[in-house]
Order: sequence, then C-alpha cells, then structure tokens
Amino acid sequence: MTEASANADGIAICSITIKLNGEPRTLEVYPWTTLLDMLREQLDLTGTKKGCDHGQCGACTVLLNGKRINACLTLAIMHDGAELTTIEGLASEDGLHPMQTAFVTHDAFQCGYCTPGQICSAIGMVAEGRAQSADDIREQMSGNLCRCGAYPNILAAIEAAMPETRNRVGVFEAGASADGHDGVREVKP
Amino acid sequence: MNPFSYARPTRIDEAISLFGPQSRYIAGGTNLLDLMKENVERPKQLIDITGLPLDSIEETADGGVRIGALVSNADLAWHALIERRYPLLAKAILAGASPQLRNMASTGGNLLQRTRCYYFYDSTVPCNKREPGTGCPARDGLNRMHAILGHSEQCIAVHPSDMCVALAALDAVVHVSGPQGERRVDFRDFHRLPGDEPERDNTLAEGELITAIELPAAGYAEHSAYLKLRDRASYAFALVSVAAALDIDGGVIRSARIALGGVAHKPWRDDAAEASLIGEAAEPPAFDRAAQLLLQGASGFEHNAFKIELARRAIKRALAEAARGTAA
Repeated sequence: MTEASANADGIAICSITIKLNGEPRTLEVYPWTTLLDMLREQLDLTGTKKGCDHGQCGACTVLLNGKRINACLTLAIMHDGAELTTIEGLASEDGLHPMQTAFVTHDAFQCGYCTPGQICSAIGMVAEGRAQSADDIREQMSGNLCRCGAYPNILAAIEAAMPETRNRVGVFEAGASADGHDGVREVKP
Repeated sequence: MNPFSYARPTRIDEAISLFGPQSRYIAGGTNLLDLMKENVERPKQLIDITGLPLDSIEETADGGVRIGALVSNADLAWHALIERRYPLLAKAILAGASPQLRNMASTGGNLLQRTRCYYFYDSTVPCNKREPGTGCPARDGLNRMHAILGHSEQCIAVHPSDMCVALAALDAVVHVSGPQGERRVDFRDFHRLPGDEPERDNTLAEGELITAIELPAAGYAEHSAYLKLRDRASYAFALVSVAAALDIDGGVIRSARIALGGVAHKPWRDDAAEASLIGEAAEPPAFDRAAQLLLQGASGFEHNAFKIELARRAIKRALAEAARGTAA
C-alpha cells in the first residue's frame, strides 16, 4: 500500500491492489471507504447489495480470501493484497456457478435483492464444511435475511447445490479436519 | 463516518506508541465501524492492528491455552483444541452473531464490543454512557433487553457478548500491553459495573491493547452447557444466557462455575452461588438454591422484569444440562 497524497490533517488517499474476481486491480481509496462502497461506487459492481449497511441483513456478503464476510462492515484500505470474489465473479465460460443455477431452478427468490448475498454466503458456508443437515443450513444461513420469505426454496436450492459446490470450492482445513470431510484443500470460489 | 487517518503498524510497541487521545485500534471492525456510521464513535485516527503477530492459538506450559487477540471468532470456535477441551467456549461463540461476522470479528474485539442499548446507539437522544451527565432514557423507555443485576441510576445497559460469558465462567486471563508495559487481568476484573462512570465499559487504560486471552487447564469439557434464550432462534442478542460448568464425581459436585449473560453490564458471577453447589448432589434442589443466590438483589424495569424468572429457570436448566453431560 502506498500513500498517494495527504492533506493537512495527515489524511491520505491510499492505493491498494486486490485480486477481484480473478483480475488484479489497483484502486485509490480513502481510509473510510468500506469494501461495499468501493465495489458499488468506484467499480460499478452493483451486484453486491447495500441492504442495512450495518451487518444485520447479509445482502452485502462477499468472499474475502474464500471466506464470507459483510462488505459493509470492513474498510477497503485494510485489504491490500486480498482476493475478493463477488456475485459477478462466480459464473465461468461454462455457465453459471452451480449455486446460481440451483437458485434459478428452485425459484429461490422473489424480489432478488438478497440473492447475491445469499448465494455468496451459501458458497462460503459450503467451504466451511460444517453444515450436515437442513437444520444446520438454516442456522448457518441466519446471517442472510430474505424479506420476501423465500426461505424454503433458498434451503432447497442450497441443499441441491451443496455436493457440486463442495467439489468446486473445497473445504477449509479447519472444517475438514473436524467433521471428516475429505474435500479438496485448495480454497477458491 | 467522519474523516480519519489510518496507520498499519507491524509491531506491538509501534502500535501503542502511535496511540493518541482520539485514536482507536481496529481489528475485525464489525462493531467499531458500525458505531462510526452512527456517529457514536468519531476517531481521528484508526490504528489497524491486523498486521501484528497475534493470530495463533498455543498450548501453555501449565496445560492451558493462549489465544492470540486477532484469532477470528470462527477460527476459535472451530479450533480442534477448543472444541475438545473447552466446548463451553466453542458453543458460546457459535451462539453469537452471524457466520459472516464471526469470520471477521476478533477475540480481543469481542471483549471490547459496546452495548446494543437502543439509546446508546441513537446519537439524537441523551445517554450517560455516550455523553456522561445527559441522562438515561432507557430507565423509563424501551428496556426489554436491559439489566436486572448490577445496574445504576446512570445506566441499565447490558454487555452483549456470548463469548465473554463463557470466558468468565472459565476463569480466563486477559493479557494486555500498553504505554506502561504488560499486565494480566483476571476476566472478572476486566469488565466493570456502570456505577457513576457508565462511559467506562472495562478497566483498560488509555492506549492499552489486548494481546491474548489465556485459558487455565480446567475446561469442564465433560459437564458444561451454554444456554441462550432470545426473541428468535438465531442471530439475536440474549435476553438471558447461562454458561454452566461442573466438575462431578460420583454424582457429587466438586466445583462449579456459572456466568450469566444479557442481565448486567458485565458477565455476572456469584461466588456464594458457586460455593453452595460444592459437595451437593447434582440434582434440581441444589440448582434451585444456586439460582436463588445468583439472582439475589435482582430488580427489573417496566419491560424486563420477566427476565428475573426467565434467568432463574435458565440457570436451573443449564445446570441440569451440564450435569447430564456436555451435548455433542
């Protein structure tokens, strides 16, 4: 990280480099720019939604170094060198990510506003390797609210997409060692 | 958010020397940034401590475990050593927040999170914790989530953490570094009751930094339970929570630890209640007596008096669950 310029109070705009959806990007950010505002306002990546802006709704969920987090509650400046995956980075040349396909197949949304966060969160949950039952999924998806109440279909979509998603993303070491998964070790969205 | 400057030191002494009157340390940031968005916190400088070497979990020479302050809540709850030897701590952590927040929130930051009292969060109304001397609207306002033990004329807020309730029951020790050097703080002396200074949540001095949490060898792995009662099944703060830990030999209690969450300005323990269980059969009559002792002096307000009876039942249930054996 380098300081590009500083004003009289010593406040600087800083330059950070992140790997965003597989591409290295160098950006200038103020110290108070959240990761969410950087995505939406500076990069025009508006797939990641601003719901509550307080970490209560999960609409801004992204994958930071493979782990699901609330983009609204962290500063961009703190993530120089990180790998970030948003909803825009999930599909490949082969088509949609299996979790995206499952959400379409199971009609797992109505208005769609919470959907990018739900999908990123579900992929992060699979990588954690701790969800073994429908009740586990309900509990571990509790950080993502859906005000349309599409929960039954969201659950069905996640259950359907779990095996293929697990093969694709792998399971974190910590989760893998404790629950007996023999999943892939490399963690990539 | 107000403008602020930003620094990212890589050494502990460097971080401490950077600290000024309007500085804040930031790690996970999940509570601090939220408070900054609400203008409750208005720092001039953030000192990002995520570059410090404080992210490991290690066994100590005397059989305990030392947890670096930067270990995330999720990594701590799912660490094999913690799951096996301190299941009470793992369960308490997983009962709090959401998976996304647990991935970011740090161990040290969990101790330092502020109350979720609505009036503390609303900068348009008075609050003795936020602006000393302005008053406490919670006393005669919406106080369903507020304290029933240890509250003062000035403040009836509760500490919001689940993790801290387990750490209190497990007799954790907080390692601190500051301008005056290093010190260790017993967990029960870390947080404080509001009294006449509700603006002070804990006993840290200006510029002091939590570096680690140490757990003693006794983890009560066979007989512990964390019971959390709340308004919805997941992702809500506790109305009442109980961390119960027992050492039982032949049906007789040899030692007991009980801490309550959601009821006071700090995790609530009572030596007399714990002592009353020693030598007793691990059965409901003893649990009932302990609950009575723990709640001696409890008093509620218009909307939260129900928490006294709720806490009594929760204590008995948590002790009974612990006696039956730690759940898988």
